[in-house]
Amino acid sequence: MRKLALSDEILMQVEKPARYIGNEVNAVMKDKNKIKVRFAMCFPDVYEIGMSHLGIQIIYDMLNRFDDVWCERVYSPWTDLDAVMRRENIKLFALESQDAIQNFDFLGITLQYEMCYTNILQVLDLSGIPFLSKDRTEADPIVIGGGPCTYNPEPICDFFDLFYIGEGETQYRTLIDLYEKYKDEQKSRAWFLENAAKIPGIYVPSLYEVSYHEDGTIKERKALAPNIPDVIVKEMVTDVSDTYYPMKPVVPFIKVTQDRVVLEIQRGCIRGCRFCQAGQLYRPVRERDVDVLKEYAVKMLENTGHEEISLSSLSSSDYSKLPELIDFLIEECNKRKINISLPSLRIDAFSLDVMNKVQDVKKSSLTFAPEAGSQRLRNVINKGLTEEVILNGAKLAFEGGWTRVKLYFMLGLPFETEEDIKGIGDLSNKIAAVFYETVPKEKRNGRVQIVASTSFFIPKPFTPFQWAPQCRKEEFLDKAYLTRKSITEQLNQKSIKYNWHEADVSVLEGIMARGDRKINQVILKAYEMGCVYDAWSEYYKNDVWMQAFEACEVDPDFYTVRERHDDEIFPWDFLDCGVTKEFLLREWKKAQQETVTPNCRMQCQGCGASRFGTGVCFEEKEGLS
Amino acid sequence: MKVRIKFSKEGPVKFIGHLDVMRYFQKAIRRADIDIAYSTGFSPHQIMSFASPLSVGHESSGEYFDIELNSITDTEDIKNRLNAVMTEGIKILKVAVLDEGEGNAMASVAAADYLVRFSDKILLPDDWKEKLSAYYEQEHIPVMKQTKKSEKEIDLKEGIYKLQIRDDGIFMQLDAGSGSNVKPGFVLEHFFSTIDVQLPEFPFRVRRLETYRRTKKGKLMPLIS
Ligand code: SF4
Repeated sequence: MRKLALSDEILMQVEKPARYIGNEVNAVMKDKNKIKVRFAMCFPDVYEIGMSHLGIQIIYDMLNRFDDVWCERVYSPWTDLDAVMRRENIKLFALESQDAIQNFDFLGITLQYEMCYTNILQVLDLSGIPFLSKDRTEADPIVIGGGPCTYNPEPICDFFDLFYIGEGETQYRTLIDLYEKYKDEQKSRAWFLENAAKIPGIYVPSLYEVSYHEDGTIKERKALAPNIPDVIVKEMVTDVSDTYYPMKPVVPFIKVTQDRVVLEIQRGCIRGCRFCQAGQLYRPVRERDVDVLKEYAVKMLENTGHEEISLSSLSSSDYSKLPELIDFLIEECNKRKINISLPSLRIDAFSLDVMNKVQDVKKSSLTFAPEAGSQRLRNVINKGLTEEVILNGAKLAFEGGWTRVKLYFMLGLPFETEEDIKGIGDLSNKIAAVFYETVPKEKRNGRVQIVASTSFFIPKPFTPFQWAPQCRKEEFLDKAYLTRKSITEQLNQKSIKYNWHEADVSVLEGIMARGDRKINQVILKAYEMGCVYDAWSEYYKNDVWMQAFEACEVDPDFYTVRERHDDEIFPWDFLDCGVTKEFLLREWKKAQQETVTPNCRMQCQGCGASRFGTGVCFEEKEGLS
Repeated sequence: MKVRIKFSKEGPVKFIGHLDVMRYFQKAIRRADIDIAYSTGFSPHQIMSFASPLSVGHESSGEYFDIELNSITDTEDIKNRLNAVMTEGIKILKVAVLDEGEGNAMASVAAADYLVRFSDKILLPDDWKEKLSAYYEQEHIPVMKQTKKSEKEIDLKEGIYKLQIRDDGIFMQLDAGSGSNVKPGFVLEHFFSTIDVQLPEFPFRVRRLETYRRTKKGKLMPLIS
């Protein structure tokens, strides 16, 4: 039987010891003596969050299909175990073999949100790997980052040897071959890094130098090695129906956030909402073949025994074979007594019918994401959801027996006015009114319940709003108060509940999102001062973070509230995610003019992503010949 | 028709709690494609009943649960199919069809056998064996037991059916009925408190060996016998 890295005494005193024992169904075990490369794949957050992530399962499955590689998993130890490991000097280990990460060949860290950055340092620290790439030697693992946050890797570039930009399915084999050569021929780490930098999609931050203007903006980036690219183009899977997919995902023992089979139906989004980073990064839209998906669904249910399946993608209603897929799933899942967890769908007759079939109407709620309170502001952000569509959808749903509505909005969007914010209350009220008009008194079972939630808008790289100033904390809070006031002034205010997010974290997230290389030292400082698990509000220490900025003499406002010129060089401009800066700038201007841009299926906007030669860009457009 | 399943839980999986073991078997039954019956209603669940929860950290070679089936191949086939989808440390030992009218696993539990070993962090006095024997020989062992609402005195001796000092640890057969259940750790903690031995944290390694029901004649029989 496997020997665990932690003693029984330790496992008995920490919360949820099953987080650390591995051995889950479908976890991959290999013979250490028959492989050449050991890869530790890390999600720098607690097990239950990390285990819920599809991307890791895809890479885990892919790497383990390589005979010469054993990929294992590692997550952030929770704070209780973290303290024990420091006290007893226990090194962080991988779940499968329980061996120390320190002795692995690679430590891959997926970067899904900015607020996990201090957890990267926690993982390095507990592993005994030097924080800074420049301090590592041939004896240390190669630390590689991947995931959406690598589209601006600069704030954390000192901690990584490499970043993999784009979808993981394409270049790992090449990278591992190079690594084997480096080991077999006993080359230096520098040799490996220089050659890795020539692999498409691989960014080696230490091989580039950045100089700044006096005002702190970027003057120039210079490559420090010959024959490495100035611009790194993202990697992308051309045919998403013919690539790796984890048919036997690991089934955790303990309940995790996504305790179900996840079926990724498409990548990318045709919509082009101007605030949304994912909508730009993953262009162009590529749909997965519906027959392939049906086969995956059945196989994955059989291999995991999960009692639920969910569909994953951006804007799932746009998947062209959605009705066919859902019909199939309903039939298959009824037979197997499996729940279907629906993605958020555009509310119309089709989706209501589907929802009616798979959920308990009394318990489920309708979800609308107008994102902005007024049509004017929805035009600014290019969110093509009109009040008419919302009210019609709500009417249909109320007739069908639904009584709960969730509404999602953002505050602090560019060019937002008081009127736009008041629109949140107005729209919520109108929806309530539709209920009282539609459902006769004798059929009502109490009030309609409307929950309006707002989050604070954070401008992200590679969006048209990358030029926009972010609100200050005080502005955010004023906007939240105004929203609340607008709701309490409504006739149907008793039917409307309002939730808003905390503002402190949004400010820090904004700094990280558009940060440059100067942020590295601040993150390190904050970690040394005790910040970790910043994504968990109970552990987030805003005052400590602010002290860290002060100690490093870095001005947070530079990254958030500052106006940016059209021609400013951004820290992430050396990356190419497919959409061009010209396109984004065009969209930024159109936002100012409140002009809506049609989606990819209506009319191509020449965003730049068609050069990948695949996806929606090459579909026949409706109405065109 | 009802089927009773006996399994063991050893090694690292001992850190998986009772609720998670239940979830584990729900998924395993689907993976093994066993024709289990479901409850009706909007979110149907498998009809399944576990005998008695095992504490986190304890191992066992005598765990049981019952499932209701729509159709059955044979018990050997169910055992093999389940064993084919088990993870290391959990093994199906026996499968038996229950007689019509037999009580469910949970209601049937009357007693359980345990083997307890000490952590090497315990400092045992030389004469602990004699003292433990003397402790067990007492006619009554009055202890205060904490219930949800209050504290009351019980006679612990009534719940200890057997206690033997063996080479590989201390063997105990204890009352495991709902309500009167006695935990092996509780007995030993009480014993050590009577001889003034300070225990470290997590002093015992507990293994449940078997779980029993009581026959109409009052005899203890394993849940599958
Ligand atoms: S090139 Fe045109 S169709 Fe393709 S993603 Fe860009 S806007 Fe959409």
